[in-house]
Amino acid sequence: MTTMTADQIQSIEERFPHVFRRPLHQRFRPLLLLGGTVVYLLYALWFFNLPQVIRESHWERLPLFLTQWISYDVQPIFRLDEPQITAKYPRFSVLGPDPHPDWVRTNADGSVTILIDGAAKSVTFNKMQATIIANGETVPVALDTGKPLISGPVPGWITAHEDEVVADMGFAGEVRVAADRVKIRKRFLGWANFVFDTRSPFFGKSAGEVASLIVSGPELKPGTSNLALAGDNIWNNAQWQHGDVWTKLLQTIVMAFLGTALGGIVAFPLAFFAARNITPSRLVNQVLKRFFDFMRSIDMLIWALFFTRAFGPGPLAGSAAIFFTEIGTLGKTYSEALENIDDKPREGVVSTGANGLLVQRYGVLPEVIPVFISQTLYQWESNTRGATIIGAVGAGGIGLKLWEAMRTNSNWANVFYMVLLTLVVVFVFDNISNFLRRRLSRTIHDYNRLQAEQE
Amino acid sequence: MTLSVTAHSDATHRAADAWRRQTSLRRLYTAIGVGLLIVALCGTMWFADEANAGHFFDRLPHILDFLSWLVPKDWNDVWRAMFDIASPHDTGTQEFNFPLGRAYVWGSFYIPEYFELMLTTLNVALVSTFIGFVFAVPFSFIAARNLTPHPVLRLIVKRFMELLRAFPEIVIAGLFAAIVSIGPIAAIIAIGLHSIGALGKLFYEINENIDMRAEEGLRAVGANWFERVRFAGLPQVLPNFMSYTLLRIEINVRISTIMGAVGGGGIGEELKLSISRGFGAKTIALVLLLFTTIFIVDQFSAWLRRKLVGEQAFMIGA
Repeated sequence: MTTMTADQIQSIEERFPHVFRRPLHQRFRPLLLLGGTVVYLLYALWFFNLPQVIRESHWERLPLFLTQWISYDVQPIFRLDEPQITAKYPRFSVLGPDPHPDWVRTNADGSVTILIDGAAKSVTFNKMQATIIANGETVPVALDTGKPLISGPVPGWITAHEDEVVADMGFAGEVRVAADRVKIRKRFLGWANFVFDTRSPFFGKSAGEVASLIVSGPELKPGTSNLALAGDNIWNNAQWQHGDVWTKLLQTIVMAFLGTALGGIVAFPLAFFAARNITPSRLVNQVLKRFFDFMRSIDMLIWALFFTRAFGPGPLAGSAAIFFTEIGTLGKTYSEALENIDDKPREGVVSTGANGLLVQRYGVLPEVIPVFISQTLYQWESNTRGATIIGAVGAGGIGLKLWEAMRTNSNWANVFYMVLLTLVVVFVFDNISNFLRRRLSRTIHDYNRLQAEQE
Repeated sequence: MTLSVTAHSDATHRAADAWRRQTSLRRLYTAIGVGLLIVALCGTMWFADEANAGHFFDRLPHILDFLSWLVPKDWNDVWRAMFDIASPHDTGTQEFNFPLGRAYVWGSFYIPEYFELMLTTLNVALVSTFIGFVFAVPFSFIAARNLTPHPVLRLIVKRFMELLRAFPEIVIAGLFAAIVSIGPIAAIIAIGLHSIGALGKLFYEINENIDMRAEEGLRAVGANWFERVRFAGLPQVLPNFMSYTLLRIEINVRISTIMGAVGGGGIGEELKLSISRGFGAKTIALVLLLFTTIFIVDQFSAWLRRKLVGEQAFMIGA
């Protein structure tokens, strides 16, 4: 390879002036865009007061919340100021009304041992003294002076307050020792009472026991078969509310389907009048197109709020909101597809002397139907996702339930359950819609390719 | 001669019969499909009506009653509400306390409350689209079949983007509302994460359709992955990327309005309050402002997209 001479370089430069001698504004455009973006981001930083927000945010909550998605905890309290040390569980504890967990042990000398994570992370206490064991260290806490006192060095995982000693045992839980009580938080992986809640007669039974009860056991509730009882108990599980969640999920699906389908049905005839190659009147075209823009520009939220006021909260309001938005969106996309058709089949049908309706049916429809259906399916898919959000303003479906479960900040496992269901629904509908579109849309692929080539 | 005509007409008849059979079969399928659609529509309508707090036919005659509160006593109140000008109807109630929301910038120059809220909503949309774009570009090159540095990496990134896309935004917003406090930042994070997934998918589909000759040329001179993507991939796809990003801005303005209504700040929150309390003038002012803004954003973005990539029906398969 030889190096280029100055002449050759110059000749290349002269042959491609649009590459080497671009006008100033073109050469600096990327730089200007970059500068503009940086300036805008600085402005946004100031506008949203980001430094302060970050300073005041509680990032330590994030892992806590995330662990709560897939785990639950039990928080018994042991009173030390009563004659006998007994465990008190919260009223709606997941262990049921009369728990005797095997991780709470009463020893021969009257002291109590609680295994937070086996013997390696545990606490043993009587009224005089508590011994906390974790991370390979054993820390005795004296309780006989009216205050919890640690003799010796305090390890890093223990926080000693004036009247309380807090031992952090990581994911497994927490021990809080005061002079008159010991509070335990023990965390379990998984979802508690997912099938039967604590009120159910099937509570606490193994799958085998439940199965044999259903098949051949005596009627637990007179007059009802055990199968029906089990089904009813699962459906009305107080903690997980399976019945309500699934109904709300179905509402979300219905809202998306109903809104999109009705929107498509109304937009379909209107699109023919909005397409300038099919209806020659400029006035009608423009009026309809502006109408579509209008329906689209009034946000789905506005429609949702209005219809919630009009029909009351529920899926009817959500369906109506999606319906009205979809008239605009589908009307616009349908009429654009109509304007992009190949005119030859239509001319062919016109030349046979067919009347207006027949021309549309045989000259236009075969070409656009796959496109229409594909666009409608796509909107259906995206509305299934959108219906979740507008539900949160009261327009029905799982959105409101999700939002309420999150507001309390305590029910993240329920939130995750609903999220998982929503994800499954979205994935299933994505795949159905993709599959249908692929089946339908040999034509669309060709159509898209043609469009890309025209570019 | 006669024979061949008979044969010919036989064949024609058979073809005609076959065609007729095919058509009637197709008509049958179409009829079944339409029938199923009608059944599904009626069923879902009944279901939605049953589950709703108010029923369709009970409420229908009252629609106009409900709309009547929307009509303000004095139409000038709409402008007063929009520009925070004191109203003569102000009796200290929240319905007419227009000047209270003024955000003074300089002396007596102020930004009306609703314009400021609209600005918040717009900024949420813009910043979250920016976040989406910044992450979606590298992800899309990793996820594109023809440009990926490693097939396993491609699969991971693709699945990750799918998850981001399908994850309900309100859950992310709710989670971050508990961490960074309720407000626009949680909305930005939620919409931004969703945009990464949504844009990433569109982007890698564009990437998979690029002309690979430039990439081969760079590969031949020993360019590394980054250089190939930067000099062979990016120049081809950037106009399309920008165009989809503009489309995303339109969508995100809408989503950020909705997020506002569920606690994300901005104009959505105010609109929800105003509608639920039945403040006619305020509601009309807010709807007008929102409508105009969305309309302008849409038209501007459509114009810019046309300049970038020419006439193209973007919604198809988008």
